[in-house]
Amino acid sequence: MVIHIDNKEYNIKSGKNLLEACLSVGLDLPYFCWHPAMGSVGACRQCAVKVYKDENDTKGRLVMSCMEGVKDGLYLSIEDKTAKEFREQVIEWLMTNHPHDCPVCDEGGACHLQDMTVMTGHDYRRFKYKKRTYTNQYLGPLIHHEMNRCIQCYRCVRYYRDYAGGDDLNVFAAHNHVYFGREKDGVLQSPFSGNLSEVCPTGVFTDKTLKEHYTRKWDLTMSPSVCNHCSVGCNTIAAERYGELRCILNRYNGDVNGYFLCDRGRFGYEFVNSENRIKRVIIRNRAGEASTEEELMQHLQPLVSMSKIIGIGSPRASLESNFALMQLVGKQNFYQGISEDEAHLNRVCIDVLQSGSVHSASLKEIEQADAVLVVGEDIWNTAPMMALAVRQAVVKTAGAEASQHVQIPVWLDSAIKELAQEDKGFLAVLNVSASPLDELATHAWHATPDDLSRAAFAIAAYLQPGKLQADNFSEELTNQAKAIGEALKQAKNPVIITGVSSYNDNVIKAAFDIAASLNTAGRKTGMACVMTECNSMGLALMDAPAFNHAMDSVRPNGHATAVILENDLYRHLTPNLVDNFLNKCDHIIVLDSLHNSTTEKASVLLPAATFAEGDGTLVNNEGRAQRFFQVIPNADTQVKESWQWLWKMQMLRSQKVNGHVLHPDELLQKMETDMPQFKGITSVSPGHDYTIHGERIPREPHRYSGRTAIQANKNVSEPKPFYDGDSPLSFTMEGFKGVPPSWAVPFFWAPGWNSVQSVAKYQDEPNGSLKGGNPGVRLLQDKKKENADLFFKDVPEQFVITKDKWLLLPKFHVLGSGELSGYTKALEVLSPELFAIISPKSAEALNVKEGDMLQLTDAGIAYGSLPVKVLDNMCDGVVFVNAGSRGTVGMNWGTRINLAKVN
Amino acid sequence: MFSHIRTIWLTFLHLFRKKVTIEYPEEKVKLHPRWRGRIVLTKDPDGGERCVGCYLCAVACPVDCIALQATEDENGRRYPEFFRINFSRCIFCGYCEDACPTYAIQLIPDFEMAEYNRQNLVFEKPDLLIDSQGKYPGYNFYKVAGMDAGVKQKGEGENEEAPVDIHSLMP
Repeated sequence: MVIHIDNKEYNIKSGKNLLEACLSVGLDLPYFCWHPAMGSVGACRQCAVKVYKDENDTKGRLVMSCMEGVKDGLYLSIEDKTAKEFREQVIEWLMTNHPHDCPVCDEGGACHLQDMTVMTGHDYRRFKYKKRTYTNQYLGPLIHHEMNRCIQCYRCVRYYRDYAGGDDLNVFAAHNHVYFGREKDGVLQSPFSGNLSEVCPTGVFTDKTLKEHYTRKWDLTMSPSVCNHCSVGCNTIAAERYGELRCILNRYNGDVNGYFLCDRGRFGYEFVNSENRIKRVIIRNRAGEASTEEELMQHLQPLVSMSKIIGIGSPRASLESNFALMQLVGKQNFYQGISEDEAHLNRVCIDVLQSGSVHSASLKEIEQADAVLVVGEDIWNTAPMMALAVRQAVVKTAGAEASQHVQIPVWLDSAIKELAQEDKGFLAVLNVSASPLDELATHAWHATPDDLSRAAFAIAAYLQPGKLQADNFSEELTNQAKAIGEALKQAKNPVIITGVSSYNDNVIKAAFDIAASLNTAGRKTGMACVMTECNSMGLALMDAPAFNHAMDSVRPNGHATAVILENDLYRHLTPNLVDNFLNKCDHIIVLDSLHNSTTEKASVLLPAATFAEGDGTLVNNEGRAQRFFQVIPNADTQVKESWQWLWKMQMLRSQKVNGHVLHPDELLQKMETDMPQFKGITSVSPGHDYTIHGERIPREPHRYSGRTAIQANKNVSEPKPFYDGDSPLSFTMEGFKGVPPSWAVPFFWAPGWNSVQSVAKYQDEPNGSLKGGNPGVRLLQDKKKENADLFFKDVPEQFVITKDKWLLLPKFHVLGSGELSGYTKALEVLSPELFAIISPKSAEALNVKEGDMLQLTDAGIAYGSLPVKVLDNMCDGVVFVNAGSRGTVGMNWGTRINLAKVN
Repeated sequence: MFSHIRTIWLTFLHLFRKKVTIEYPEEKVKLHPRWRGRIVLTKDPDGGERCVGCYLCAVACPVDCIALQATEDENGRRYPEFFRINFSRCIFCGYCEDACPTYAIQLIPDFEMAEYNRQNLVFEKPDLLIDSQGKYPGYNFYKVAGMDAGVKQKGEGENEEAPVDIHSLMP
């Protein structure tokens, strides 16, 4: 529809409010309380505009643009004198109590309040009276609180409580004394609390880890990156200064993470700066361990020329690195560095997603689902952002449904909330353990993986009657299946979420059966399979055998060299298995970024780049390939991307030295030709020689400071800026000025918009996709296929509890589970200690109580003993062990083990 | 011909005028307090470092010759961990002083900074920090800033009310 803004015509999508309309056509209009992901409440009165009756009306009336919907042929004015004065006055009131501390405020330079103050033109404080003050609270190691700066926009509580479902942040007191904080000092409980620092338009909530090495936004070298800490693959901005990674910011991607990140992703970056980093080449068992690159190459020459060379890939290394390793060792000698079980589960996930019968759902699609079923995956802890998306699906469906009956637009947040009250969309959680997601669920049911899959098969059987004999299931299961199945049938866009963390392939198969049964005409069914690591999907797509097969391929005294890529094998596999393998190999070459149990065994250790020092591509659980770009210059160090090292080794092996510099896009091209499953991977980002009008895209904002002083202490003559030939992004502030293509957005900035709110200038419309489409390429294409092959024949037997054998399952933790994120001190403090978690009934059977020690053994493998923790809501017959944290060892998850009390 | 004689005559007359040049370096130049010379970092009246590491000088600098890193003491008071000015690049424009919100960075009337070795023109914080308030005596940023950084408690600053009692419902 057409509306007239300051006598100019604009085409606007219907259903928007005036503020969204103005922003989407690129006009500047100040606002505070409105947030694209949270809608309007009209609390701050900042976005006032004049609306006119018709073109002859000269008087008009002031309205809050966020509270008024667009109408065809509407006339409004942003520039009207009264509207401008009104907006300036609102800011002036807000500033009467705003403290004089921008110089020491972490928000300064990226502050929405600063931007809006400048935009309205307010510049002089006429108010002659004293400023109000507040005392601050301790909110934990992640978020800093400085309440004086508050402008009472209510965004924080609306985000924290309504959007993220937290309940320990609230608003207190009354009139001009309102206070946003906790009831008393303490750690913020929500694992999404980090977003407060971006949601708050001023500096009340700021990133506490950034405070340790504070840098202003304008001084950061930034590049588009992808989160490394789970399989969801949220888009991030990695920011560097003085050779250190300083912070992680959200990078909007309408299909994936939208405006938010979880705390593991936002704060888990400190491993990059860790003292535990491998920074030099180390050749062990000879005098002087550290070596130059030349010495290394001499040393490696005989090793890589050996007849038998085995490559162990990694689910957390980039596709490029894994592929370079495959190129070096040959396809027949390349193995996934994960257990047979996990590889099998990943394979099942890919098989079902590639079968063409169901659509692999993105986070955005999950957010828009009208019914969600979670089977056998603790997404709150293994894929936190997916849990947040599920929450939106549940909360917003109710709102959307309610708004259809009365004429209330969906963006009118408080009215919709009032209308929906406690109504929720449909969510069923069938899981092995309880999680905060259960509170939202219509059905929450906890059982062992076998029983879960039976429950899921029962639902599938209900959806496609006649395919399975119903008398297989108990009455309880049948009734539950009926209730859930009926709700799923009602839905238009149901999503079925499952994953590998319950270590049971039947769970995934059953989830697929449900999704495939639902995929009938008029219904778009999505399915999401959560995996363990950031590139689990990419590695699984390469279709290599699991680690266990590498064992068989090495004969004792076979003079084999093992090349282990960015993988702590002891985390994924049982220690005896890894020891056996490593003992059989003559030489062990390890590429990794941090010292761990596997790097200890290396005879040659090569310093690999983390996501911050290298380029690469990761595939998330949706099958979306996404590129991350280097942000820390590595000219002075020996740190290189693994694919660079492997390429050098390949040159050694083939004895070809032609001085060719390898670029990641060449590797991807080769990958696309060699492996058809990666078709389309080259279009994730253009080649390294891509330019816009002959200019590269700068990683530094144009206000970047200190160029001629940063390195002056070493040498007063400035060196040439670091040149990275791997990508179209440059390490300088010179280059293309404007909105870069969506895959190459190093930071969000627009004239007058220094804060993160400037993202609106990079989008087609608020909350929409980035200009030119959201980045990332989906490798799993939807194929139209009728009559999916179902797995109905695989219904397992009911789980039988035995007193001597206990099912061993991993228990993940939303902040603590992450090999790399564990290096962030703040997250380490917040992660749980190692426990063997059992149900009260199991504790009774084992005759143990909380605090006792339990000995865990599995067919001769001693896992050591762990203190017992007894938790309600855990299924009987199962022992859960905290998994995924830094320093935990691999176990045979999903198998039955012996438990014994230690006296 | 006439003009030549006139020129010689005028030059001759200058012999009896007062000298404009001085015998530098024996005799020093008289400089005004606002003359823009060497850059220093000053201290507040209470002897604390005035610089709060806000990076405004660095971003204002047209030749980008200032680099610093902010850090905090146990009270949350910001100060620069290092502060480097590359005087071989500095154009003494004074923008840094203009930008400074705490009167920390000041240009003083001293230009005698010549060095044989360019590297010696890189000044670090110990070279820059002086034990004086410089041109602006009496100003302590933390007394007027809202936050509590060990200088004053919340509400004790100039123009501040006592902290809000959030349990009170009184108007």
